[in-house]
Amino acid sequence: MSKGKKKPKADTTRRNFLAGIAGMAGVSLASGVTLFSYAEAKAPGEAVSSKVRWGMLIDINKCADGCDKCVSACFKENGIGNTGNPATDPQWIRKIEVRNPNTSATESLPVMCQHCAKPPCVDVCPTGASFKRDDGIVLVDKHICIGCRYCMMACPYKARSFVHEDITDQKPYVPRGKGTVESCTLCVHRIDAGGIPACVEACADSAGGAMLFGDLNDPNSEISKRVAKYASRQIRADLGLDPGVRYRGL
Amino acid sequence: MRTLGYQLALSILATTVLLSGSSVHGADGVPLPKVPKALEKAEKGHAELMRLKHMDLMRHQRDETVHKGIRTKQYSLKACISCHAVPGPDKQPVSITSPKHFCRACHDYAAVKVDCFQCHASKPPSSVNLKQPLSNQIQGFLRR
Repeated sequence: MSKGKKKPKADTTRRNFLAGIAGMAGVSLASGVTLFSYAEAKAPGEAVSSKVRWGMLIDINKCADGCDKCVSACFKENGIGNTGNPATDPQWIRKIEVRNPNTSATESLPVMCQHCAKPPCVDVCPTGASFKRDDGIVLVDKHICIGCRYCMMACPYKARSFVHEDITDQKPYVPRGKGTVESCTLCVHRIDAGGIPACVEACADSAGGAMLFGDLNDPNSEISKRVAKYASRQIRADLGLDPGVRYRGL
Repeated sequence: MRTLGYQLALSILATTVLLSGSSVHGADGVPLPKVPKALEKAEKGHAELMRLKHMDLMRHQRDETVHKGIRTKQYSLKACISCHAVPGPDKQPVSITSPKHFCRACHDYAAVKVDCFQCHASKPPSSVNLKQPLSNQIQGFLRR
């Protein structure tokens, strides 16, 4: 009887031990793969560095027609309201349909600021308000934006919007105001706190998980691995702007 | 007639001062702005430094934040407005539209236009409970 009692005990321990080892390997692998870039979240007082280049990989095969979870998450996160003027309302991210005229195949994909390595919006800005942060995020410094909208003309992705209406009740972490140009910030306030953009989170939580965010400069990040392994495209790569947003299945 | 006009002007002036309620009088009779109390106790010298330098410190901090991603609590506008929130009649922080707002107390007095709040939120989110100790809430809020 004592034998019988001991045996399963020994077995359990061994199993636990093995399971423990497997678990540890899994965790370290998982953190090495997916959490590497987040684990390196900078301290609040530390300046961003060009060692990091934030980017996004969007798998269009997982992006459903008519799903706009990313768009609504972006609007909610950044306090973009509906002013009732769809022609002029800001759009930081939108879903577009593309159609191959030869095959009539259609695809649906989200398009936002592509966070180019060589952003034309920065080249044309007369005040220096449009700028690229060291970590690759292209932003508008609204303190010095005069609202001339040259950047909107220069952007081949129509990523920028001009704020035509007075805005009240802004989110404390997303200042927005009339008379300035704005666009997707890649949720810079979240990234600086070690988080991921709201659209990516929403897509992973309640849609197909088509969007992957990470550090393109880190060879161990999930996004770098996937970009290296699978074919992906930048929209209008022929322009040589080297966007940080890449699409798979386009 | 002249006396009547003088008296009328005096009474209007007195009423304005009484109604505004936002000014107190210094020892020499000069009206001073009535500055609302902060919710947390600040370090020594904070008020004196901010009175002189808040615009420079905030401008410096804004460049650090926007361009370099430095988001320290010190001199951040979000930290200012959370600690200097003024509860309104509904116990919620008032926005810049209210003359009771911390920034307006002095800026109205000095007739200096403050345009920060055309873009920036002028009050902490309503999730911040002004009755409870703020430190933790501010920390949580600033982490966003």
